[in-house]
Amino acid sequence: MSLLLPDVVALAIMLALTIYALMGGADFGGGVWDLFARGPRAEAQRRLIADALTPIWEANHVWLVFVIVVLFTCFPPAFARLAIVLHVPLALMLVGIVLRGAAFTFRAYDPGGDVVQRRWGRVFSVASVVTPVLLGIVVGAVASERVVPPSGSFADGYIRPWLTPFALSVGALALALFAFLAAVYLTLETTDASLADDFRRRALLAGAAVAAAALLALAFSGEAAPRVRAGLTTDAWAVPLHLNALAAYAVTLWALWRRRFTLARLGAGAVTVLVLWGWALAQYPYLVPPDLDIASAAAPPIVLKLVLIAVLCGGLILIPSLWYLFRVFKRAPARETTG
Amino acid sequence: MGASPDPSFVSDLLAARAQMGFSLAFHIVFAVAGIGLPLLMVLAEWHWLATRDEAALDLAKRWAKGAAILFAVGAVSGTVLSFELGLLWPRFMAGAGAIIGMPFSLEGFAFFTEAIFLGIFLYGRDRISPRAHLAAGAVVAVSGAASAIFVVIVNAWMNAPAGFRLVGGRITDIDPIAAMLNPAAFSQCLHMTIAAYAATGFAVAGIHAGLLLRNPGSAFHRHALRIALLVGVPAALLQPLSGDLSARFVARAQPVKLAAMEGQFATEAGAPLRIGGWPDAAARTTRFAIEIPDGLSLLAYHDPHAVVRGLDDVPRDDWPPVWPVHVSFQVMVGLGTLMALAAAAVIVQTLRRRAVAASRPLLWALTLLTPAGFLAVEAGWMVTEIGRQPWIIQGVLRTRDAVTPMPGLVVPFTGITLLYVLLGAVTLWLLARQVAATS
Repeated sequence: MSLLLPDVVALAIMLALTIYALMGGADFGGGVWDLFARGPRAEAQRRLIADALTPIWEANHVWLVFVIVVLFTCFPPAFARLAIVLHVPLALMLVGIVLRGAAFTFRAYDPGGDVVQRRWGRVFSVASVVTPVLLGIVVGAVASERVVPPSGSFADGYIRPWLTPFALSVGALALALFAFLAAVYLTLETTDASLADDFRRRALLAGAAVAAAALLALAFSGEAAPRVRAGLTTDAWAVPLHLNALAAYAVTLWALWRRRFTLARLGAGAVTVLVLWGWALAQYPYLVPPDLDIASAAAPPIVLKLVLIAVLCGGLILIPSLWYLFRVFKRAPARETTG
Repeated sequence: MGASPDPSFVSDLLAARAQMGFSLAFHIVFAVAGIGLPLLMVLAEWHWLATRDEAALDLAKRWAKGAAILFAVGAVSGTVLSFELGLLWPRFMAGAGAIIGMPFSLEGFAFFTEAIFLGIFLYGRDRISPRAHLAAGAVVAVSGAASAIFVVIVNAWMNAPAGFRLVGGRITDIDPIAAMLNPAAFSQCLHMTIAAYAATGFAVAGIHAGLLLRNPGSAFHRHALRIALLVGVPAALLQPLSGDLSARFVARAQPVKLAAMEGQFATEAGAPLRIGGWPDAAARTTRFAIEIPDGLSLLAYHDPHAVVRGLDDVPRDDWPPVWPVHVSFQVMVGLGTLMALAAAAVIVQTLRRRAVAASRPLLWALTLLTPAGFLAVEAGWMVTEIGRQPWIIQGVLRTRDAVTPMPGLVVPFTGITLLYVLLGAVTLWLLARQVAATS
């Protein structure tokens, strides 16, 4: 049983990362569509995105903090390795996270008028594009087994591990996926049919980009990430996973086409989950391949047990709270009172 | 460690320390406001529910706007810190992560709860009942304080490490519960929590006192002043007591830090308390201080003849930078004393059944003390962090052995500094606009 414990914690981290992609990822995607707001309803599009994000983005953001904290508590050597080798993309990602969150809030509370608000809006939306790319690059670098103890020059140790075509293609995939999620979710956030249609078109476009980026990543993976590539093509679960992912993808596009937006939301979520878990399964049991696996990087069992207990107890508070948050803001229309 | 270190390593270590220090100094302002401001807005809202006084509702809404801006910047700057622990000190996290990650995990949940219910409090007023809305605010206030306590527990562990054994340089027998219950945890958490209420209470009271000087009749500002003082005054009066507890703990657990705080170079019985002064580390003496005979022995050990260990007791390599610690400590204690005196004056005024707003000298004093609590918090963190050097974990791991091997750390330090200067300026400007809209 104690052998299984690290796996359970790794599973919890992966679950949190998945929820972060589904929730926080879509918030970044919202920023992407803020940048590409076009046409006669551009301002209405921006307002819809802002209204959808405002009450929930901070709660969605905490999933990332949760991932980091449980990672450094339960798998300290893996966290230390990532932090040393991927310092540059992680630091840039932090800048993106800070600017996205701060600019979004400043835009809402800045009484400085249209010009100033537009400037903050630009910072918010550009940061929303850059941050997912960096997050994808980090994942791509890990999958390509290049996060190893640094040696040689600065470029060899701290740049080459992540500045690769494969890692960049995973960055593009993350961006496309988050934009796809956001566009699909936004079709359900409005009662205005033409506004919903704007985001339906964007969702279809982003859906095509997801497919293109996924194929690109797959093409680069042969050389760059042989272990993940092998897992994704030859393991027993590989064919069912791909079939399910393809089915979910096809259903989402069909549902978008037929304006079945609730079904599309479920489908887009399923696509994201399957992409993420395909990577995780292919890389299992490695946290940071080629050398740090779940068992060897794990903290002593007492630490893992206590963290799991904390996660379970915390979940008892957290899940009803999150349910309440989303029920308040994503179901009931606001009562017609002022102030 | 006999060989003289490579100069580029020295500058990298300095850049890493500067970046961490600057990130902490920036974040602590938002963390403190994130503890104090929710309590103020909940008190105002509670008052409105009880009396239906519209001014109180207006107040709750305005403070909530301030809380929204401060919380957003606090959330992202806190995320930066959680990453920086690894980006700058990976060898610290590789060793300490398992021992002391537990309170960070709990803090994660507290932060989560705070973010969820702040969203509900800020944007859900028209969607839920007034009671549910007040309860959401109360959850924000409680979880904000809880998350601060969990993080301070980690810092306390760095000062008084517990919950593991070192065998031949390797960490064994990890006990995360014992690490959380480390001996510094209680005094440090108490001191920081009270500090957060005192700093926020006095900052808000000071702002409204200043506005009352210009506009003495405003019921809105009188209201705000009362609620802010209700939080700030008890905290400022309790803080010297909790400071005494902290100082006596530091005297026993970190005598070198205490010696630096007090500018005490020689070990002596009946050590004097030095007020002000400039410690000269080269000459090993503190000049220009007002000395109160036996004062330090009395305060640190509650015995005028107690022996206080001086910096001379340990090798020069184990000294923290003396003057920054001593000066920061003087600043913290000085500001805390002024705040306690102002709090006492508020109590006297109230006992004489007069409104605080009726006394212009008191309004002036409160106005001048607006930033005092926040400055004291910054100075206090300087004392505890610089005072622990050269250790990152007291007596276990040196800061220089914890830093990342990545060179060129001056680049991220410069970047984060510029980013935070910009964010700080914008935040201040936005808050000033919010305040200006009230008068």
